[in-house]
Amino acid sequence: MGEVQRGPEQRKRFVGKYIFSVDHKVIGRQFYFLALFAALVAMLLSWVMRLHLGWPNVQLPLLSTLSPAGAPGGVLTPEYYLSLLTIHGTLMIFFVLTVAPQAGFGNFLLPLQLGAREMALPRLNMLSFWTTFAALGVLLSTFFISDGPPITGWTAYAPLSAAGSITGPGEGMGQSLWILAIALFCLGAVLGSVNFIATTLGSRARGMTLHCLPLTCWAWFLTAVMILLSFAVLLAACLLLMMDRVGGTSFFLPAGMVISGDLIHRGGGAPLLWQHLFWFFGHPEVYITILPAMGIISHILSCFSRKPAFGYQSMIYSMMAIGFLSFMVWGHHMFVSGMNPYTGFAFAVLTMAIAVPSAVTIFDWLGTMWGGKLRFTTSMLFAIGFVSVFVTGGLSGLFLAQPPLDVYLHDTYFVIAHLHMIMGLAGTFAIFAGTYFWFPKMFGRMMSELLGKMHFWLTFIGAYAIFMPMHFLGFEGNPRRYAALTDNFLKPLIPMHRFITIAALITGAAQLLFVSNFFWSMFRGEKAPDNPWEGTSLEWTVSSPPPPENFSGGTPVIYHGPYEYGVPGSEKDYVMQNSPEKIAGG
Amino acid sequence: MGSAVLTPPKAKPPEDSTPPPGKGNDGPGGSGGSGGPGGSGRGGRRHPPNWSLPPGAYRIAIWMGIVSISMLFAALTSAMLVRAEIATDWVHGAIPSILYFNTLVLILSSLTLEFSRRSLRKEAEKGFTGWLYATTALGIIFIAGQLLAWRQLAAHGIYVTTNPSSSFFYVLTAAHGVHLLGGVLALFYLVFRSRKIFGTPQKRIAVDVTAIYWHFMDVLWIYILILLKVKL
Repeated sequence: MGEVQRGPEQRKRFVGKYIFSVDHKVIGRQFYFLALFAALVAMLLSWVMRLHLGWPNVQLPLLSTLSPAGAPGGVLTPEYYLSLLTIHGTLMIFFVLTVAPQAGFGNFLLPLQLGAREMALPRLNMLSFWTTFAALGVLLSTFFISDGPPITGWTAYAPLSAAGSITGPGEGMGQSLWILAIALFCLGAVLGSVNFIATTLGSRARGMTLHCLPLTCWAWFLTAVMILLSFAVLLAACLLLMMDRVGGTSFFLPAGMVISGDLIHRGGGAPLLWQHLFWFFGHPEVYITILPAMGIISHILSCFSRKPAFGYQSMIYSMMAIGFLSFMVWGHHMFVSGMNPYTGFAFAVLTMAIAVPSAVTIFDWLGTMWGGKLRFTTSMLFAIGFVSVFVTGGLSGLFLAQPPLDVYLHDTYFVIAHLHMIMGLAGTFAIFAGTYFWFPKMFGRMMSELLGKMHFWLTFIGAYAIFMPMHFLGFEGNPRRYAALTDNFLKPLIPMHRFITIAALITGAAQLLFVSNFFWSMFRGEKAPDNPWEGTSLEWTVSSPPPPENFSGGTPVIYHGPYEYGVPGSEKDYVMQNSPEKIAGG
Repeated sequence: MGSAVLTPPKAKPPEDSTPPPGKGNDGPGGSGGSGGPGGSGRGGRRHPPNWSLPPGAYRIAIWMGIVSISMLFAALTSAMLVRAEIATDWVHGAIPSILYFNTLVLILSSLTLEFSRRSLRKEAEKGFTGWLYATTALGIIFIAGQLLAWRQLAAHGIYVTTNPSSSFFYVLTAAHGVHLLGGVLALFYLVFRSRKIFGTPQKRIAVDVTAIYWHFMDVLWIYILILLKVKL
């Protein structure tokens, strides 16, 4: 790195230690902060959109400074509303939900939980972070070009995304930058997963067999495999889309297309081809965001229930089954695309089949808690909250999986409710649970439990207040991506939108509670002991935060499975993985 | 508490709590991990006994990279098949004959790389570096040949935008070329560090990894050639 070479010694050390570091613990925290920043920006955008939906004429003076054309006088234009929702979705799905549970917690914890000194390929790891960082920079730069961010949403459907600036604001430079950002993100994600797989397979401590891995490690590993298989496809799709935009090809542009009265002289392309390629990535992506979350939740529930994770193996096989099936169901996003009904039927059956392993995981979580000595820490509350929103979001998925229902509900608020419940909320609840759980290890200090519990209850109730009513909006036929509700059949829905907006503002404000708790605790929190939650996995055997070499006492040796809680006849009620102690009846 | 609680199987503690060094520390042989990536032990140690980076990591990483690149080209292939299927504007074209020469050059480069590795195994430094130079030169000739193929097409008035078939021709060859260029850079690295690599057995993994990647580029190219021959 250019900046590392020169400058005073001190600066060099700072840069090497905190900026261009190859230490997995630094990189994990870097990913975490990147996700936190992206989440805050995306949340602000959602506030603006919610305000506009509730009160379409509301003036937000700051907005006209950001984009005089997009918000003249501070009132959003419909196009700029679409720009905001594109960036909201892209930030949340890629830079928050994909980054935080996998690259953030995963990088920090995987070597610690495996008993390794480092990730297998530390420099590749650094490259992965800086590629992702560049991707975020490119994406956000769309706000500061005259064109503005693209208006195609996070799915960037062709031909709107492929035909260039004639199709609307943001479709010139903005869309090209979006594609570049996503291509860079794909690259960073793939590099990171290669590292995750190499580390899991090659860097485990002695005795850490695949059946002694904490479920978190299993989840990170399986997710890495899925990223490897799916993000490459998105990269190929981005390449072709970019060629359509700047190379003059017509992969996705159909013949005889008329835009704004002009006949576009290209032809023969297949807009649906983009949808196939995109959703072949896009559906596994849903599980890429949720599998690490499932691992984190299993880990935390077991710790705070003081019981072994119920159905450890069934959890692993369920995650494998979910990962496998996720590559065969992309068509359920395209039921209304004129697909052959038989094909639709096949996709529907496979989609509903995912409910089986998903239900197994839910039973496993409930089984873990059943009869346990529950400790209701903030982290545990968020873990239970995760199970709640996961069930709610999963159930609405069963509705959408059926073509006849989907024809009606497609592109309505029902879909928004479903995806936010299952992906957005479940994902963020897991991130919160993980943060409250591992914050002591990551930063060496404890977070405030009081503020944490306030944060949980406000978020939990607020989240349901926001997204439950959206199901009903969907039943009423309220289409998604509409900037204003001007049609007669939509006008009666405005009061419900206002309710949602108020709930969103309050819930959003509750997140500031989290952020202030986070940063206050980082510097002023109570010093954390090595093992504040009495956990069993290896990260709790080292100091908080861990020393640079992770295990200063030498290689840990593993004697026990990851979830030896509530062990009868043991001095404490748990046995650490590296404890040589023999378990009665073990 | 449920009686049928499935607990994770316990790791078999290494005998006497002083684990035997070296082999035999793979944990219970019965658990096997057959469903998952348990077969990872290919050639290498599964549990490195010390802190040094596991030598298997690079090998696993390059194979994973190959998986990912294969998915990229699988996606491009399916796009091509679909696009050709629905097209009313698809004009079949012949592929430039220089591609066959290029293919030969690339196959030859794989051979020379293997000669280089054989010399390395026989501790013959001259042969190692000599064949490495030859491989690098052949790699550069291949890229030059590909560029020449593009020029030939352009001379016939066939550009990226001329027809969807030519679009796919350029995209596939370019995507392969970029990946191959990465291989050439790796070869340059080997050439410049050949002395060091020869002298340090641990560094020889770099040669193996480059060879795996280079042969994959070879196979990938033959696949693309067949695809173009059949579909273009």
